[in-house]
Amino acid sequence: MGGDFSLWVYLARTPLLWLTVTLTAYVLADRIAAATGRHPIANPVLITVVLVGSVLAVSGTPYPTYFEGAQFVHFLLGPATVVLAMPLYERRATVARALVPMLAALAAGAATTLAVVIGLAGLLDLPQPIVISLAPKSVTSGVAMGISEALGGDPTLTAILVILTGIIGAILVTPLMDALQIRDMRARGFAAGLAAHGIGTARAFQVSEVAGTFAGIAMGLNAFLTAILAPLALHLLY
Amino acid sequence: MIASLALILVAQLVGEIVARGAGIPVPGPVIGMGLMFAFLLVRDGGQLGLARILPKPLTDGTLESTARGLLMNLSLMFVPAGVGVVGRLDLLWAQGFKLAIVLLVSTALSLLVTVLVFRAVVVLVERRRPDGEA
Repeated sequence: MGGDFSLWVYLARTPLLWLTVTLTAYVLADRIAAATGRHPIANPVLITVVLVGSVLAVSGTPYPTYFEGAQFVHFLLGPATVVLAMPLYERRATVARALVPMLAALAAGAATTLAVVIGLAGLLDLPQPIVISLAPKSVTSGVAMGISEALGGDPTLTAILVILTGIIGAILVTPLMDALQIRDMRARGFAAGLAAHGIGTARAFQVSEVAGTFAGIAMGLNAFLTAILAPLALHLLY
Repeated sequence: MIASLALILVAQLVGEIVARGAGIPVPGPVIGMGLMFAFLLVRDGGQLGLARILPKPLTDGTLESTARGLLMNLSLMFVPAGVGVVGRLDLLWAQGFKLAIVLLVSTALSLLVTVLVFRAVVVLVERRRPDGEA
């Protein structure tokens, strides 16, 4: 027992183990998603998180230990955002032609999200710090946490709400758009990126590269607009 | 591949410096995306003759395939943050049901309004300019 235990203690503390667990769980989740024909409910982020979360719970591993290995994957979010420039560049003519609909949809989408979140949270009698933490929930997590903190919310709670919003949006977008019979991949992608930031963008890239391109643009534009609108909207109320 | 990664990281780093330095409420990587876009325009524009002096991987399609590889696996990169959420679900217990309603309703409406406004304006613009793309 002593030998096995010291091996476990060693492995559990190196980045190798948790990096391997993250990648293996993702490969498995991707296989499951592919086997369902990329059904929206078989969201690869959700499945991987459940798998890894279960391993951590069973092994009693604290999150900071896990993150030491997983940080290499987490780091790639930045470079992945930078290379959204490539599909954008390849389709720049298509994007330029859709500039007016994009700006209109951005303004309407960002304003609606804030109004619905703040209005509904008020109706349900949620306490003010939670309403503030909710306000930027459709924005990419780094910016959302900054907005929440600056306005007196709880950035950790905001990060949780942002990730949950991303997963909900990525699951809802395809059935909703199909029900509305909207086949314009530009519009579908733009909505996914605006409502569900990077997780919605990842889903959009699974469906079509045009959708992914427009989702990436929406994610960037909404981060900018919500950072301006959220303080204004909350100021009107409190 | 290394040259491509280096260029991507340079774009991100400069973006981060600009974002922090100027205090703009946009993440550094998003500014980096703009810089990368500008790089591609200049590279293919050919005015500066960049194609001759740049390392080959930046001009022969390696940069593009590195980008595609990252974007194909965008879902993976949300896993570490997502796992963090599992550990902090206790924060949600007190208001869990109400929060679930707010998240579901607002995300659905946000998708709905965005897509409908996008389509409505496309129809308006294309009626004025019948040669527009469908």
